Parts: sequence; C-alpha cells; structure tokens
Amino acid sequence: MSALAIQSDSLGYSGQQVLGPVSLDIQAGEHLILLGKSGCGKSTLLNHIYTTNRSECALIPQGLGLVESLSVFHNVYMGRLSRYSVFHNIRNLVLPAAARVAEILPLLERLGLSDKCFAAVAELSGGQQQRVAVARALFQNASVLLADEPVSALDGPEADRVMSLLGQHFSTAVITLHDVDRALRYGQRIIAIQNGELVLDERADRLTVSALNEFY
Amino acid sequence: MSSTKTLSAPRYRWPGGVRTGLWFVLVALICLPFADLEVSSLDPWTDLGRLLQGFISPSLMDSTLVVEALLATLAFAFAGVALAVVCGFLLSLAFHNTFVRATCALMRSIHELFWALIFLQFFGLHPLTGLLAIAVPYAGVFARMYAEILDQAPKQPTDALPAGSGFLSALLFTRLPQAWPHLVSYTSYRLECGIRSSAILGFVGLPTLGYYLESSFSQGYYPEVAALMILFYLLIATKKFWLRRWTLPLFLLGAPFFMGSGMPIIWGNVGRFFSQDIIPAPLRSDDATLHSLGEWAGTIFIDQALPGIWNTLLLSQIALVVTGLCALLLFPLISRHCFGPAGRFPGHILLVVARSTPEYLLAYILLQLLGPSMLPAVIALAIHNGALIGYLTGRNSNEIQLRADAPGRRVDRYFYELLPRSYPAFLSFMLYRWEVIMRETAILGILGIQTIGFYVDSAIQEIRFDVALLLILIAAMMNILVDLLSRRIQQRF
Repeated sequence: MSALAIQSDSLGYSGQQVLGPVSLDIQAGEHLILLGKSGCGKSTLLNHIYTTNRSECALIPQGLGLVESLSVFHNVYMGRLSRYSVFHNIRNLVLPAAARVAEILPLLERLGLSDKCFAAVAELSGGQQQRVAVARALFQNASVLLADEPVSALDGPEADRVMSLLGQHFSTAVITLHDVDRALRYGQRIIAIQNGELVLDERADRLTVSALNEFY
Repeated sequence: MSSTKTLSAPRYRWPGGVRTGLWFVLVALICLPFADLEVSSLDPWTDLGRLLQGFISPSLMDSTLVVEALLATLAFAFAGVALAVVCGFLLSLAFHNTFVRATCALMRSIHELFWALIFLQFFGLHPLTGLLAIAVPYAGVFARMYAEILDQAPKQPTDALPAGSGFLSALLFTRLPQAWPHLVSYTSYRLECGIRSSAILGFVGLPTLGYYLESSFSQGYYPEVAALMILFYLLIATKKFWLRRWTLPLFLLGAPFFMGSGMPIIWGNVGRFFSQDIIPAPLRSDDATLHSLGEWAGTIFIDQALPGIWNTLLLSQIALVVTGLCALLLFPLISRHCFGPAGRFPGHILLVVARSTPEYLLAYILLQLLGPSMLPAVIALAIHNGALIGYLTGRNSNEIQLRADAPGRRVDRYFYELLPRSYPAFLSFMLYRWEVIMRETAILGILGIQTIGFYVDSAIQEIRFDVALLLILIAAMMNILVDLLSRRIQQRF
C-alpha cells in the first residue's frame, strides 16, 4: 500500500531550480533515507512532501522551529495544538495541565530530558534542543515522519538512541541524513540525490557503505 | 487527580518576563480603586456623534489660516529639532561626563509643554519660546541616544588608527560613518515626534495647529476640527514624499520665516524671572530664615506635590498596563503571520492614525466628551502609546521565520508562536515607554486632571513661578527615577 505518492515538476525557489522532476512512491511501513551532499535538494524535497501531505505528517525541520522563550513542555505540547480546543491551549500555556505533563514527561525521559521539562528552550544546548524537536514530533502521533537531519547535533550513541526511537514510533518515515553508515542501519530504502536528480533508489540491504560513499 | 503524580511532577514557573509583566498588572489593579474613572458628562455619545459627523463632512472656514498653522507647525518642528540635533550631538561627545549626563537627564525629563510654560514667563509669546521648548528636551534625548549609538559602533577601526590621529579625525573617519545610518533613522523618527510636539505647543498659545484645534473645538466647530486633524494625518503620512535629502535644506532655511513674529521680548521680564520670580517666596523678604523656607517647602509638598505625585503615579501605572494590553491586541493586525497584505491594510491605517495623534490632543478631545476624570487620560495614553508599541511589536514579529509546521489556527499561532517570540521585545518597548507615559501623565494635568501638571498650571496662573518651578523639578525627579528603575528591570533580562 502506498502511504505517500509524490509527483512533482521541478522544484526550487525564486526561479532557481534545485531539484528536477520527481516521481516517488513511499510505501506504508517503509523507512526511507534521503542521502546527498548539503545543498543537493534534500530539504527541498522534504518540504515539498510536507506541504503536499500536511495532515498525516510530523515534521522535524532542520532549523528545529522551537520557540526559545517557551519551556520544553510547551514546545513539545505544540505537536498537538490542533487536537485541542483553543481554550485548552491557552489554559495550558498559562498553567500546564497535569494530564498533559503526565503524557509528555515519559517522552522526555526516553530522550534524557526529564529534568528539563519546564526549562526554557533558550537555556538548553544544541543537542538538547534537537531532542526537544524530536519529542514534539513524537508527541504529535502522526503516521508519517518527515525529518531533516534529526540527529546532526547529537553524538554517536545518543544519535542511535534517537534514531531507533523514531524508527519504533513512526511506521513510515522520510529522513535526510548525511551519515552513510547510519543510513544503512536505520533505512529500509535509500535514495541518493546528486545535482538535483534522484540518482539512486534501492533497498538498503542491497547496498554497502562503499557503494554509497561515491555520492559524497 | 492523584496527589503522588502532582508531587513528583516538576513545578512550572512562569518565565521572568511574564512575572515582571504580572507585577505591573497587579500594581495597576491595586491603583484602580483609588483612581477616579467616572464618566461625568451627561451625554458623551451626542458629542462623539457630532465629532464623527465632522469627520464625514470636514470643512474649513479659513484655509489661509490653516495653511499658516501647518507651516508654523512644521517650522517650529524643523527649527527646534535642528537646534536639538546640533546641541545634542555636541553633548553626546561629552556624555561620559557625569555632569553632562545629569544635565541631559534633567533636560529630557521636563516635558516640552513645561519648558514652554517656563519660557513663556520671560520670552512671552515669542518664537524663541516654541523653538527652545522643543530644542531643550530634544537635545537631552539626542545626547543620550547619539551617545548610545556612537558607542555601539564597532571599535576595531578606531583601534587600528595610527597613534596621534586626534579625537575629531578619529570620530569623522571611524565612529561617525559607521553610526551614520542609525543616527539618521533615529533623527528622522524624532522629527516626526517634533511635529507632534510642535502641534501641541499651540495649546499654550503658539501659532501652531493645536491653537486652531483648541479654538475650533471650544466653539464646537467639529467639521473644522476634523479637517485640521485630517490635514495633520496627511502631513505625517506623506512625510516620506515631501521630506527628501534635497528638500531638507529648504525646510531648515525656510523655518525661521514661518514661526510668526509673536510679541517682542521684554528683557526686563527675563531679568526679573531669574532674579525674583523663581526665588522661593520666603527668601525674597528681608527676614528670610531657613525655618520659613522649610515651612514654605513643606506646605507646597503636602498640599500640592504629594497629591500631584500620587495621582500621577496612579494614572501612569494604570495607563501603562492598558497600553500594554492594547499593544498586544493590536500587533497581530499588522503581522504577516496573521493576515495577508490586504488584511493588514486596515490595521496599518488604524495604527498610523492612532500613533500620529498626540496623546495630549486625544486627552483634550476625550475630556471634552467624557468629562473631567482619569478615564479620558487613560484612554488617550493607551490609544497613542498602545498603537506605537503595537506597531513596533508587529514589525518585530514580521522578522520571525515560522517553521513549516507552525500551528494553523490563528489563535494558537498567536499564543504559542508570536506572543512568546515577540514578548521580550514588547517588554523592552514597554519599559522604555514607561518614562514617556509618566511624563505625559504629569503634563495632562494642565487639562484639569489632578496630576502634577495641574498644580504647576495653577501655580503659574497664580503667578507663583517659584512654586511652579519646584513642582516641575519634582516631576522631573519622578521621571528620572522611573527611567533608572526601568533600566534596572531591563538589565535583569
């Protein structure tokens, strides 16, 4: 069953083409990794997928998109803003509801952030902020994850922990990475982009690190 | 709800900025029962209706007079601000000196209308009165801001100059060119304030717009009031079209010719003002004692200064909070994250009109409509300042880049993205504005609200300039204290 079908003419912004025409079917249950050098069009493709499939997707943008003056709790809660009434949202902004805190704390615990629940995001390190953005996506409970370099600021073991958490949580995912080794471990299907073209689309178990390295 | 869970869960504390804001709200709420906020006029709606009707059919009785008034308004603004720029710049170069800094603080803490009232006593209705009433406080403001702007210019170019380059050369070649765009943009903003100040000076008798507004209003010529105000808005809204680099010299050179001739200065008055009028009354008699001076000061303090200070504080704290609420409600109107370009247009118009209307003028009109109480003053201060801070906050919020998955509902987006991201800037605008609101509150006393300006005005009418000057100095001290306090609060963030 196809979860997402992407059909697009060339993509880009302000008249400059970044990515050629794309036709892509993403199956439900599939974890797809986008590989490529920075500036190759990975983020453009990811944002295109997001804007055309907003309702099913949780997004972890490269810039994280956190509100730094709000607490970790509030940033994570934002993943479900659309699910609650405006009244509940405002009430929760002023005074966090115990029930919501109880839902979010276990998530933070799994990401090693439980002691930061009510700390302002501005006070956190880059790696901690990235995990807050991950927590927001997890809390959203969408069926598809779209993540742009979700572990770029994390060290090895930490990055692996977050990747497997994302893998368990989302049945379908499109994740951009630049680490070939990690792509092979967590992806079931790998797509490589070079010079604005999809140059490789293959199941991960048929690929090796050395075969993929040529795209860098 | 299980108690164990709430015990183990961490406690949420509001961020520091929010707590600061809530303290202000709490103080305002405590002030509220003491403030007289009554509508005392019998039928405010009829007069308001007539005023609005005037806006539908504005008309001018004597258009040459109005053109003269507008030209005089511009002339006083340009001449006053130009003089202030020169003096303020020179003062800014010596701003590290404590005496200069204190003098500038005193100059800017006295409102231009108070300055006008002081100069009126010895220059009379002479153009110098209007010129200096703008130039003196503005020079104090420019000195501080120019010093800050010059200070923020990168230091490396100055450090890299060869030894012995000299102060002036170093300034002209490094700090000044780097700071220039900021100096120009701040001065241009201040010129707009100068036009408003100049218009208001008409209320004390100078031949600017306020003079004609007051006379039309007091005679109930609402269509003329409307016409004058519309012309004033047009003048300010079109500033960028008529104020260009090449028109500026024209305005500056032309200014002295449009300020009117006024009355000749009687120099004897000037001498008497300094040698007699402002000398405290007990010291003027031959048997002056420290005791009689103390008694004199004590009586003024208890009978006039204390009630004046109390009412000024009440009114300004309430007005400050209402201003803040207005600004928070208004800023989304011009935020690109809330409305499209067409949707923002009415918001822009509303904010331009509201912030171009001087609070003194608004308070004057509202006092006529609602009757004498603090209510019209609160509304006037909140409309003008709320629109200004709403505009600044809205502009600030337009710099925010929202992520692709930002909340879709406008209310969610406001509370979870725009408000928390804009709040620090908003709070700092408000803290800056605190002193301005306090200064304006004091001056609104001239209109009959019993803030400190009321007692200043009464003292002047009783020809007791010593008392008036003492009260003006007390008002200045209040402003300086609030300025210090607001900067202390700023530094905590």
